[in-house]
Amino acid sequence: MEWLTEFPAMDKTALRALKKGIDGGFRAWTREHGDTVEAFFEPIKQMLIWSEKFLLNTPWPIILGGIVLIAWLASRSWKITLMTLITMVLIGYFDMWDNTMRTISIMVVSTFVSIILGIPIGIAMSKSDKLQSLITPVLDVMQTMPGFVYLIPVVMLLGIGKVPGLLAVVIYAIPPIIRLTNLGIRMVDKEVLEAADAFGSSPWQRLKNVQIPLAMPTIMAGINQTIMMALALVVIASMIGVKGLGQPVLQAIANQYFTLGMFNGLAIVGVAIIFDRVSQAYGKRLQSHSEVVHGK
Amino acid sequence: MASDTTNGVKQNSTVEIKGLYKIFGRRPKHFMDAVKEGMSKQELQEKHGHVLGLKDINLSMPAGSIQVVMGLSGSGKSTLIRHINRLIDPTVGEVLVGGQDVCKMGQGALRNFRRHETAMVFQKFALLPHRTVINNVVYGLEVQGVPRDKQETEARRWIDRVGLSGFEDNYPNQLSGGMQQRVGLARALANDAPLLLMDEAFSALDPLIRMDMQSVLLDLQTELHKTIVFITHDVDEALRLGDRIAILRDGEVIQEGTGQDIVMEPADEYIQNFVKDVNRARVIQTESVMKAGVHSGATVEVSDSANLQDAARIMSDAQQQVVNVTNGDGQVVGHLDLETTVAAIVKQERRHTTPGSEFSA
Repeated sequence: MEWLTEFPAMDKTALRALKKGIDGGFRAWTREHGDTVEAFFEPIKQMLIWSEKFLLNTPWPIILGGIVLIAWLASRSWKITLMTLITMVLIGYFDMWDNTMRTISIMVVSTFVSIILGIPIGIAMSKSDKLQSLITPVLDVMQTMPGFVYLIPVVMLLGIGKVPGLLAVVIYAIPPIIRLTNLGIRMVDKEVLEAADAFGSSPWQRLKNVQIPLAMPTIMAGINQTIMMALALVVIASMIGVKGLGQPVLQAIANQYFTLGMFNGLAIVGVAIIFDRVSQAYGKRLQSHSEVVHGK
Repeated sequence: MASDTTNGVKQNSTVEIKGLYKIFGRRPKHFMDAVKEGMSKQELQEKHGHVLGLKDINLSMPAGSIQVVMGLSGSGKSTLIRHINRLIDPTVGEVLVGGQDVCKMGQGALRNFRRHETAMVFQKFALLPHRTVINNVVYGLEVQGVPRDKQETEARRWIDRVGLSGFEDNYPNQLSGGMQQRVGLARALANDAPLLLMDEAFSALDPLIRMDMQSVLLDLQTELHKTIVFITHDVDEALRLGDRIAILRDGEVIQEGTGQDIVMEPADEYIQNFVKDVNRARVIQTESVMKAGVHSGATVEVSDSANLQDAARIMSDAQQQVVNVTNGDGQVVGHLDLETTVAAIVKQERRHTTPGSEFSA
């Protein structure tokens, strides 16, 4: 009756051989193609290096001023601008400026890459039900697979450093922008689309004039989600050598430095809140035409 | 392009619909023969899960006039109008606009046809919510690739023409329904297309605004002479606007004619029910009820295209019992007395109780 209490699993030796086989195959593949893959990611690596250097080498008052100015231009809200200023000043005062810059750098680049890739994928997905049913399960896997797991092949392929970190962040953060672009375009009012067709719009004119603008609130929500998820992965990415606010947190976990962990954790929260509020306010401002209603 | 431009009015935009059928479902062609052999809409739906949208539509709409297509919801009128610019593809049949078969056009030709030959006004306005009034009105021209400054001059002209000057930079949801539909109308007119398709364009507006918009349209039509296809479920609107009216039921045209034809000779009980509350005095023209010959005692005259309401008013103003009817050249072609006028106004059409008709069952 052993088969009842013990699940009839695969033979241990066979299982080990299977795992070894896959690992060996993948390792051989990385050894052979590692350089090509690295060369492929070279431009992104340069972009990462450049943006980090820019943020670290520019004198802090200029960066601080720039961030506050962007917050103002995007949100046009004194409250949000003031909050941004106070948060950044506190971060600098508690000596976390450089790490915060590194985190902002990788976050901005990975969000940028996610948008550049995600929006076209989302658009393609909205045009074809077949593509949608193909991509959706992939996105599900990307979002639910624990971050650590896909770090393994990434590290095997590219080693430790900025690019694998970016890759990990993008894999984790890109699903919402793809999903919400797809959803937003599919939700566009059928009658308005019909009007666009009736006036003889080409597919591109339809996309540019009707679908994207009308899907914009949803797409903006996707971008906001992507930024938040990118920040959430900063700590995990620090395990594979991404410098920034994540590393001190990791150090604090290992050594039980409660205050160090707390400070850096709060800095991440602060940056997250700034990005969230500013991007949301910007999205809302883009939709200002729907705020004013007849009768006012 | 098939149309030539004379005096700024494009010509040759007759619409002819020949043997048009539309079946909705997964395998429409498969059921074509059965439908042609007389399978009913109900049978097709219950046994085969396909919907008969339009059945053997044959309509000829002369250029420069307003053709109204009337029917209740589900009668297929919106489906019909969408075949004219092929927003819906027919199962079989031809739609000829200015002699060209719309159903045979390729993607590029169809786009060109939609850009230059037609414009459409929608029931729920279908404006772009993120664009201001002027940027909505330029849409057709923008798609055509007209230079921006010309787009704007044209748009401003039409915005002014529909009475929306000063609202150019407002967003649609800052405007009332009536104003939004004026934007819809301006957008369609700015296209300078000879064929205007209006799908229940005024149905979403409240009655007073609707009357107002009808006047705007009639007013514009006197100078533009476009071919207008107007869909409505409202009989008063149909009679007011339509040079000719086609009545649709269950995807079939059951009567086609002038408003007066339909009021005076309804083809069946369905139409009779439609027109029973119509103000006949405003629909029936003196010509169709007058008696022959000049009445020597008459001191006042009325035109033969005037309606009975006008005739009655003339008689009562002049305190006369009889009026002479004149044609366009001012010649007297007959006369009309008060008794005949009143009788024609109040007369209820005798019931069509054709034995064996589906209504008597």
